[in-house]
Amino acid sequence: MELPPIRRWLTRYAWMTVGATFVLIWLGGLVTSKGAGMAVPDWPNTYGYNLFLFPISQWMGGIFYEHTHRLWAALVGLLTAGLAGWLWARETRGRDRWLGLGAMALAVGLLGVRAMPVYVGLAGLALPVMAWGLWRFAKQPAGLRWLGVVALAAVILQGVLGGLRVTWLKDELGVFHGLLAQSFLVLLTVTAVLSTAWWRRGLVQSDEVRALRLPFVVATVLIFGQLTLGATMRHRHAGLAVPDFPLAYGRLWPRLDEEAVRRYNQQRIEVVAAHPITATDVVLHMAHRLGACVVVGAVVWVWTRSRRRLAAGHPVRRLAAVWLGLIGVQFTLGAVTVWTNKAADIATAHVAVGALALLIGGVMCLVTWNGRWVRRVMGAGAAADRAGGAGPQKGISVGSIDRTATPSGCVIAMHDRGAAAV
Amino acid sequence: MKRYGTWIGWCAVLATLPTLAAAEISGKVTLKGTPPPERKVAFDALCGKLHTKDAFTRHYVVGPDSGLANVFVYLKEGPPGKTYPIPEKMPVLDQVHCFYEPYVMGVLVDQKFQIKNSDPLMHNVHATPKVEGNKEFNVGQPVQGMVTERSFSKPEVLVRFKCDVHPWMFAYVGVLPHHYFAVTDNEGKFKFPADLPAGKYTVVAYHLKAGEVTQDITVAEGDKKELAFTLEAK
Ligand SMILES: [Cu+2]
Repeated sequence: MELPPIRRWLTRYAWMTVGATFVLIWLGGLVTSKGAGMAVPDWPNTYGYNLFLFPISQWMGGIFYEHTHRLWAALVGLLTAGLAGWLWARETRGRDRWLGLGAMALAVGLLGVRAMPVYVGLAGLALPVMAWGLWRFAKQPAGLRWLGVVALAAVILQGVLGGLRVTWLKDELGVFHGLLAQSFLVLLTVTAVLSTAWWRRGLVQSDEVRALRLPFVVATVLIFGQLTLGATMRHRHAGLAVPDFPLAYGRLWPRLDEEAVRRYNQQRIEVVAAHPITATDVVLHMAHRLGACVVVGAVVWVWTRSRRRLAAGHPVRRLAAVWLGLIGVQFTLGAVTVWTNKAADIATAHVAVGALALLIGGVMCLVTWNGRWVRRVMGAGAAADRAGGAGPQKGISVGSIDRTATPSGCVIAMHDRGAAAV
Repeated sequence: MKRYGTWIGWCAVLATLPTLAAAEISGKVTLKGTPPPERKVAFDALCGKLHTKDAFTRHYVVGPDSGLANVFVYLKEGPPGKTYPIPEKMPVLDQVHCFYEPYVMGVLVDQKFQIKNSDPLMHNVHATPKVEGNKEFNVGQPVQGMVTERSFSKPEVLVRFKCDVHPWMFAYVGVLPHHYFAVTDNEGKFKFPADLPAGKYTVVAYHLKAGEVTQDITVAEGDKKELAFTLEAK
């Protein structure tokens, strides 16, 4: 079927969802930084109350952080469901439309049953649905509805993961909850970017940009690795494993023998209930420091390459500079986290800026990889359209969005605004 | 009258025999060295109202003559074959003014103890045992005066309790299969129940920060032993 042009309001709504998700990551980071993850022992209830009816007078101490996190998460869930429904409705007709919307409504409605087996069942279903959605999207990247489906499944999985982390008393689940949160933010951002007129006009696609894909991907993968290390450190709940920076216990590489670790614990006067430091905690911490240097190096590489390849003022070159600045901020925040003995607000800012850095990396990967990927996927689809004569009802003819394979193999996407040059 | 007197005399002798035969162990734990300074607790609004003075962490509570409080002193293994009636009075882990009281305590395996909220605000009680068979739990105590009863089924020194509403609130409970344990008081002193049969034992003094030291002892019937332990703050 023909895809109607994307309305500006849809793009705005998508960006709003991205913004709300970023705030949610901030709130979620705060919960862990404040050690308040278990301050509300029950889920989906809150000290026996319905989430939305828990009295404001009781929003105190750790409960405040955990409860606002849950409330805001519910909002992001609803926004995501709205986005998924909107994308689906505008790209489908007739039976498909109602089947899809019905399935989404059913999934959201089932959450309202508030029974553990239903939650676990939905979470179990979410992973295959996400894989299926990504596959469908890769086959038909002109439409965004399958990305919406993936986002909805992800947000449900994320909510249930958060709940199970509380009720199953599993700290480890917190790591996945954190990683999925940041991946979800990237997914939403990619969806929003793909919906912009800027993207649809294909302004940033060129051979020069595509040549930068290796440094961008390497740096992004490294950032995700750093994120994984960081999330693991945070959810071991051992507090600050190395109290000084740039040295570590006064040395370049700290001692890790039993005697030394015992002394670290003896000397540490923790205010919050942190687990004792182990050698593993110290190693993770040091790996995160080394990782930080590697990431800085990788982003400097991205920046110098983009300066060499792209003209001044090119959006990709500008973003690379912003990215480098952000990594500098992130590095500083990491150091300040140590110097302030892991002050909750600093540590949370470190999480949030990390999320932004990953987000930029994700978008840049999309931008730089887009050419090759679009050529392969859309080019093949277009070829099939031409060869098979499938007609406008099947295949991926996209109506007002015209696709033309250029000699370089790159695809120009055009809006009804008119053609754009590559 | 005279016969009665004799009877009473014999009864008294018989009654005191087991006590005479059993050994009594007490002692003191001292801390050598200067511990790092304690840190001030930053209360939230509600807990702050319950305090007029600053409150501090209590990792090293050192009394006069360097006596170290909150040391969990216990026999590594109790006398073989002895059984321990569960005392009628349940130990209480209280939450007072946003602190756990006591900071360290001991219970028997399978002995029920109470966790009480004496504050006019919400706490959650989150126990994080490590030994398999002891179950982690997290219960909310939203109302003042609430009492929750719990027990642990495996020995563990020490099980950490924490409140996630007030992250500075944490305490420790030792779980042992025998009742020869004690927590040192503010002078660093401790005393075991006075019914320890003669034998060879290992006494462990364990402090969360300063670590542990042990002493092997042999007690004879009716012994009264005073032990001295020294832990070091490095
Ligand atoms: Cu509390």
